[in-house]
Amino acid sequence: MKSSITLQLSFRKVLGHFSFHRCLQAVGLALAVIVCMAAGDDSGRFKNLGHRMMCTCGCGQVLLECNHVGCQSSDKMRNQLLTALGRGDNDDLILQSFVQDYGPTVMAAPTASGFDRVAWITPFLVLALGIAISVHTVRSWKDRPAPDLADGIAIPCHGELDEFRERARKETAL
Amino acid sequence: MSEIGSFALLLALGLSAYCFLAGIAALFDKDAVSARLGETARRAGIATFAAVLLASFILVTAAFNDDFSIAYIFHHSNRDLPAAYKFAVLWSGQEGSLLFWSLLLAGYGFVLRLRYKTDQRLFAYASVILASVQTFFLLILNFAAHPFAIMQGTPPADGAGLNPLLQYPEMVIHPPMLYLGYVGFTVPFAFALGALIMKYPGDNWIRITRRWTMVTWCFLTIGIFLGAHWAYSVLGWGGYWGWDPVENASLMPWLTGTAFLHSVIMQEKRGMLKIWNMSLIFATFLLSMLGTFLTRSGVISSVHAFAQSSIGTWFLVFIALTLAVCTFSLVENRSHLKSEHKLASLVSRESSFLFNNLFLLVACFTILWGTFFPILSNFVQGHKVTVGPPFFNRVVVPVALLLLLLTAVGPLLAWRKTSIESLKRNFLLPAIGALAVGGLMILFGVRPWEDPSYFYATMAAILSALVIFTVISEFLRGGRVIAGKTQQNLLAAMVQLCHRNTRRYGGYIVHFGVALVVIGILGTPFNKEVEKEMGLGDKIEIGPYTLVCQSYTQDDNPNYANEFAIINVFRGGKQITTMYPERRFYKASEQPQTLPRIYPSFAEDFFLVSDLYLVYEGKNETNLRPIIKAHVNPLVPWIWIGLIIMVLGTVVALVPNTAAVRVSATAPVRVPAQAGAGD
Repeated sequence: MKSSITLQLSFRKVLGHFSFHRCLQAVGLALAVIVCMAAGDDSGRFKNLGHRMMCTCGCGQVLLECNHVGCQSSDKMRNQLLTALGRGDNDDLILQSFVQDYGPTVMAAPTASGFDRVAWITPFLVLALGIAISVHTVRSWKDRPAPDLADGIAIPCHGELDEFRERARKETAL
Repeated sequence: MSEIGSFALLLALGLSAYCFLAGIAALFDKDAVSARLGETARRAGIATFAAVLLASFILVTAAFNDDFSIAYIFHHSNRDLPAAYKFAVLWSGQEGSLLFWSLLLAGYGFVLRLRYKTDQRLFAYASVILASVQTFFLLILNFAAHPFAIMQGTPPADGAGLNPLLQYPEMVIHPPMLYLGYVGFTVPFAFALGALIMKYPGDNWIRITRRWTMVTWCFLTIGIFLGAHWAYSVLGWGGYWGWDPVENASLMPWLTGTAFLHSVIMQEKRGMLKIWNMSLIFATFLLSMLGTFLTRSGVISSVHAFAQSSIGTWFLVFIALTLAVCTFSLVENRSHLKSEHKLASLVSRESSFLFNNLFLLVACFTILWGTFFPILSNFVQGHKVTVGPPFFNRVVVPVALLLLLLTAVGPLLAWRKTSIESLKRNFLLPAIGALAVGGLMILFGVRPWEDPSYFYATMAAILSALVIFTVISEFLRGGRVIAGKTQQNLLAAMVQLCHRNTRRYGGYIVHFGVALVVIGILGTPFNKEVEKEMGLGDKIEIGPYTLVCQSYTQDDNPNYANEFAIINVFRGGKQITTMYPERRFYKASEQPQTLPRIYPSFAEDFFLVSDLYLVYEGKNETNLRPIIKAHVNPLVPWIWIGLIIMVLGTVVALVPNTAAVRVSATAPVRVPAQAGAGD
């Protein structure tokens, strides 16, 4: 009987650890997907490309969102984009031709090559570094030896702690 | 008139400088002479407020009197400008806004110096630091950006007019709110630096400044959201946040300020993160200054920026000096800031605060990085690049989602250590509810695997739901306990629960508001838009709406001429409203401006409310027909409702706690540990 309870408990413990680790893995996978996902929309190329470029009139708005009255640049650029799409140019070629015509500032975000890559990498690097330092700090604090206790005070052992927890749970149950 | 204004500014500078210098001298000794000197410094600080108030009053009066001999009034006002906007002239330009900044700072200083008896020594230090900032602004106002500069030659008959973009009711309150936030962070900064320099014993300075910080944060929050609402209602591109450098500049101190509001709880409750909290409040103040520098230096191009001027250098020097003083003080007094406790577990309330701070700071760093990357690129590659919305959306959104996850999880973790069992117990139902929301989205046709923006929207919906459900479960849990003990109904019990620990439950209400804001934002990928030239009786079909052009016409008044379309809106065959998208031409400034019209569909959809957003884009010059752009922006109204709830939560958090509930001796005592106890 006793061994059966022990077996049950250890099974529950293993199951608890297993599901917790599975949860952690799932969360990790979800985060990886969030972080690594890149735009890959094949439909609505006009919308997609138009949102990857800026209007060059100085309004500081994305090409397809520039609506300021009498803007000459955005109308011209939109027509140019439509023409290029009509010709069947691929996305890279279209973007390159815009960069040639209007300079690198026409792109709404840094590219993924050369020094521009630093813009994309750095925030995630800082995030990873921050998480690593935080985890390390918590662990190193946690692992420090506990200070000596005053005479007469004893820390409850595992079994007693479980007992206290169970008691607290019962007393605070809704 | 302008002479009195100039004199008032000069007088304010003298008084502020005296407050600073005499205040420092008084801090060296504790004898009677020093005490009297300190008292004169305090009174000089109070008088500074009167002098700056006088200067501001004169500038506003000059605007109302159309005194175009003052260059500032000429450049930012005209005779036919409505009265409310003449008042707003005070903060519409570079010089006036600096004067307004100085006025608010002097106002905060005035209140602080009146309340000096709370802790005379600490307040004396804070007063000196505040006076140093005040003196800096008054130096700029007197020598670099004088608001009372006189026009050369004969005064012009009329002014050049106010920028049309600023002629909108929210512009009368958006800048004051934002400035109250920016300037307000000077107060906790002054107390923090003062406490550090004088090695103030204990954490009482945090308790003294707690309400200052919360009020300041609340003002900054309102200011940022009003700015977003103004952009949405005036700029006419259908969005509310464009990641413009000036918008970013307001968000950065808000992020560090939010981090400070959270981590300061750790210092109060557990005596931890003392150096960190000091660094956060220093960073918040410096970022406020950096924002001002960005707006006024011309170093970064932005539609919101003031004209390029030399005052950028002043700010740069001031920021560098402040940074040096803060760093030196921190290093010099670091032994005073040792933590009293250590973190016991990764799964604990302390850790959640730590990671909350981490994600907020990473978000802040990312925005700072993106804002300054064009300059770095110019330096390294020899050419600037644009760092616009696609960059920020892709980099900041994942961090924001992590933050949202912590907003849901953090409040339910226990101090020191949380067991997996308690996590399961507290999270099972909220997690099931949140996943059900995700399932419903997929059921209604959202395909998160098809497009990253749909994926982010689904994740944001699930996490927002998790935040909302955990907040509700916390209220229900505590409310039930109190209801059981006091025989009140559940709602009354939850109100009492709030009263017992206003800060904790006010904070939960703020979290609830944040979740609603996120829900409002996540509708973006589902926006629709149609643009069409509309003759009489022409129709646009968009979403559930049919728009019919009833007429188009024009009007004229002394301030502007306008043309607008009259559009009847039908839904399900029934007319629900009429909208008047408009385009104005302001006469004084000779600038055109579109004015969108917005119809939120609360009556028809409520939970899935969307905005019908009509813009008068222009007209076909050959047949004079208006070109209308129609947008349907799902969920956007929740952003503004979320803001109201966030403000409400902050107000609740500011209310003092009431005494603990009395329990009858005969009543069964079943009090959960979480109910109303601790933060």
